[in-house]
Amino acid sequence: MNAVPVAAPTRLVDVTVDGTTVKVAEGTTVLQACRGAGCDDIPTLCYGDTLTPKNACRVCMVEVEGSRTLVPSCSRKVEAGMVVHTDTERVQHSRKMVLEFLGSSTDLSVAPHVADWNEQYAVDVDRYGPDRRTKAQPVKRDNELYVRDYEKCILCYKCVDACGEQWQNTFAIAVAGRGFDSHIAAEYDAELPDSACVYCGNCIAVCPTGALMFTSEHDMRADGSWDESRQTETDTICPYCGVGCQLTLHVQDNSIVKVTSPSDHSVTHGNLCIKGRFGFQHVQNH
Amino acid sequence: MDLKLSAHTPTADEIDAIDALLGATGEYDHRLARAGHDLRDQRHRLLPVLHAVNDRVGWISRGAINHIAARMDVAPAEIYGVATFYGLFSTTERSTRQVHVCVDLACQIAGATVPDGAHESPCLGLCERAPAVLLVEAGPQARQTVLAPATPVQVRALLDGGAAPDEAPAEVATPQVAAGADDLVLLGRVGVVDPTSLHSYRSHGGYAALRRAIEIGPVGVIREMLDSGIMGRGGAAFPAGRKWDAVARQPARPHYLVCNADESEPGTFKDRVIMEGDPFSLIEAMTIAAYATGCEQGWIYLRGEYPRARRRLTDAIEQAVAHGLLGDDVMGAGFSFHLEVFLGAGAYICGEETAIFNSIEGFRGEPRNKPPFPVEVGVFGKPTVVNNVETLANVLPIVLGGGQAYASVGTTGSTGTKLFCVSGAVARPGVYELPFGATLREVIDLAGGMREGSTLRTVLLGGAAGSFATPDELDVPLTFEDLRAAKLSLGSGVVMVLDQHVDLTAFVHRIAAFFRDESCGQCVPCRVGTMRQEEVLQRLEHGGPNASADRELLADIGRVLRDASICGFGHSAHGAIESAIAKLGVFS
Ligand SMILES: Cc1cc2nc3c(=O)[nH]c(=O)nc-3n(C[C@H](O)[C@H](O)[C@H](O)COP(=O)(O)O)c2cc1C
Ligand code: SF4
Ligand code: SF4
Ligand code: SF4
Ligand code: FES
Repeated sequence: MNAVPVAAPTRLVDVTVDGTTVKVAEGTTVLQACRGAGCDDIPTLCYGDTLTPKNACRVCMVEVEGSRTLVPSCSRKVEAGMVVHTDTERVQHSRKMVLEFLGSSTDLSVAPHVADWNEQYAVDVDRYGPDRRTKAQPVKRDNELYVRDYEKCILCYKCVDACGEQWQNTFAIAVAGRGFDSHIAAEYDAELPDSACVYCGNCIAVCPTGALMFTSEHDMRADGSWDESRQTETDTICPYCGVGCQLTLHVQDNSIVKVTSPSDHSVTHGNLCIKGRFGFQHVQNH
Repeated sequence: MDLKLSAHTPTADEIDAIDALLGATGEYDHRLARAGHDLRDQRHRLLPVLHAVNDRVGWISRGAINHIAARMDVAPAEIYGVATFYGLFSTTERSTRQVHVCVDLACQIAGATVPDGAHESPCLGLCERAPAVLLVEAGPQARQTVLAPATPVQVRALLDGGAAPDEAPAEVATPQVAAGADDLVLLGRVGVVDPTSLHSYRSHGGYAALRRAIEIGPVGVIREMLDSGIMGRGGAAFPAGRKWDAVARQPARPHYLVCNADESEPGTFKDRVIMEGDPFSLIEAMTIAAYATGCEQGWIYLRGEYPRARRRLTDAIEQAVAHGLLGDDVMGAGFSFHLEVFLGAGAYICGEETAIFNSIEGFRGEPRNKPPFPVEVGVFGKPTVVNNVETLANVLPIVLGGGQAYASVGTTGSTGTKLFCVSGAVARPGVYELPFGATLREVIDLAGGMREGSTLRTVLLGGAAGSFATPDELDVPLTFEDLRAAKLSLGSGVVMVLDQHVDLTAFVHRIAAFFRDESCGQCVPCRVGTMRQEEVLQRLEHGGPNASADRELLADIGRVLRDASICGFGHSAHGAIESAIAKLGVFS
């Protein structure tokens, strides 16, 4: 019997990244092509490996020859013969400005990588003056399981996409307002217990800045006891139902401090439900 | 979807307004599912439903959103996100009577003041008779009325419950018509034809172009469009013939047609004049466009602040349908075209072509990433033609006289005639039609020259997204190519003439405030950049020790706006400010 091809064979196209020409499959993003060419240091914030790129943060911009503006590498698809520059003065300027805009308006203190990038791109938020508008606001603690600290929110849309159409289909939150006043909210900025939230925590899993955080992690950070160097990660299978989601238990001092699931896991893609995500208290009633 | 609704219930009025639009519900049979695709496919009715509620009770309550959610199977959080995107809606209770006072460029220099109780509004598109006011009255007989020019006493009276006087006729905005000009192509019928009568339109040459189009067939029409060399008049100057050709060739079906009538660029009011003064011409032109590009459905995306244009267009569409000029078998020629007016709700960004798509589909009016371009993936994911009102108005002379004849007017790179929106310190502000290649000096002369007591300081060309021209640039021919070479741009045709009395600092500040207010907020460079730009300008206004560092910062902000924003809004948010600093010495 002859084999039946199930999909059209992918064409390979040539793309040049910082002088190195690589062959990549058509439909690949510029970001993937750059990584394939050995360029690993393109910063990303709103990009998530389990979500459709929203390309809202604009920190991953690169220069593509022939394009009037810079191009978001996380979402732009490669084209045959594309010539990409990832580290020109123009690119550096744009990344520096995006990081300054975010740093001058939001609290990026627990966002991974940002401190390094700030140094690399000589970010200076003080030049925006002491009277600049920021997103400073009180932390929202309206349920026991997780807190929302929107002073840390960069409006990457990931939580909205994870809660809505792309994963959870709950649509408890959306972007409301416009411009600088845009913010993530349930209807009429209602508290979570009055919203459609089912506490799956899939928004926490994708949040790149720590704006959404387990209450356990938030409180430990607040009292100074959060210490990732003392944490172990143990993979196990959720015992609650037959789906069999893979759990990663983050344990510090013999207590589970948060639960995640690997984003590349074929069952969960990083998602869980309330039981897998938060139902760990009973194992540590000591 | 599993909707979870709060306990807030809608009022009888809210239910009535919503059900009047979506159809009555009747008694639910609780054994039947009433969610799923059938309901969700109605998402494009979300903005019309929000309008219905806002029109009836003046604001959008939690109970109303719950009822909409249940009726449409859309989550309340999503509806709230959409409702809070648009300036004309409110999600907090307010009076049924709202007065919006324009504080934008033309009205600012005309001395607009906003009394307590009134809202500040961005440009209302009535710049030729600034300062302008919009009165919105909610209720069973919701009404919108504009008043311009509006004295402070009149604004006060509106706030106190007074009625607005009748609006001046559309041709007040076209002094050329009043002066008896007989060489007008686009404005030829304005003030001559009865805009409420199909019969009158026909007796002034109406529908001859559609008949001609059917004779030469879709391919023939597109050939004429290509031959004409016409460039889009909405600001981006893309060849319209190529756009049509690209959509006509797309194998994906259906194709859609969108007329961009959002006209919210400060200083722009030309489309309003066409829609109010000669509405059937737009409908005829769209029918030709639809015929040529294979579109069976079209929308006129009209800004929410143009009440008369809305009345005229809705009425004209009804008459055209009644006479077989729209609908299933247009003119008996065997093609169908359905046309609707789709009302915006106060968001400049919804004039960006892909933001229109999201707005029509019932989402927040955020621009989409390009590529893919609308000709391939447009509204509802289908190939879509988007054209400005004025671009479409040109289709009639192109089809009637042929593309080559059309191209003999103007210059090689900019063919045909252009509508200029002249406002500010001239004797006779209004919309003027001139062949491309006329100079700024000629346009100002045609508008009666400078107002008495005024001397020319500068001209804002192209609107807030444009740039400033100085008195020594008055002889640059107004064409796309000449202006590009002079680092100016025509944009939407704004010619705002500023004299020695204008406070340029305040004027430039208003441009910055406009961009800060109207940014959709989606991408970081623009969401934060437009805020920072305004803050730095504010610091520069007060001088201070850091002025030179601040000027450098401002240039940095401008650069990232242009380089890294998603859409043309961010790309153009610094241009006018940059030119004011470089050419007018503002803030130095
Ligand atoms: C922020 C922004 C606002 C715009 N507003 C309008 C508008 O109000 N009317 C319009 O015709 N084009 C507007 N445009 C241009 C449209 O995106 C698009 O280019 C145009 O409608 C295409 O029609 P045309 O080719 O006939 O000009 C705007 C663009 C941007 C970036
Ligand atoms: S809360 Fe987190 S995931 Fe959601 S938009 Fe803000 S930064 Fe992104
Ligand atoms: S996380 Fe939820 S869905 Fe997954 S196995 Fe556990 S109980 Fe089942
Ligand atoms: S440039 Fe401004 S208006 Fe355009 S998508 Fe970005 S935030 Fe929205
Ligand atoms: S990571 Fe590409 S735009 Fe945010």
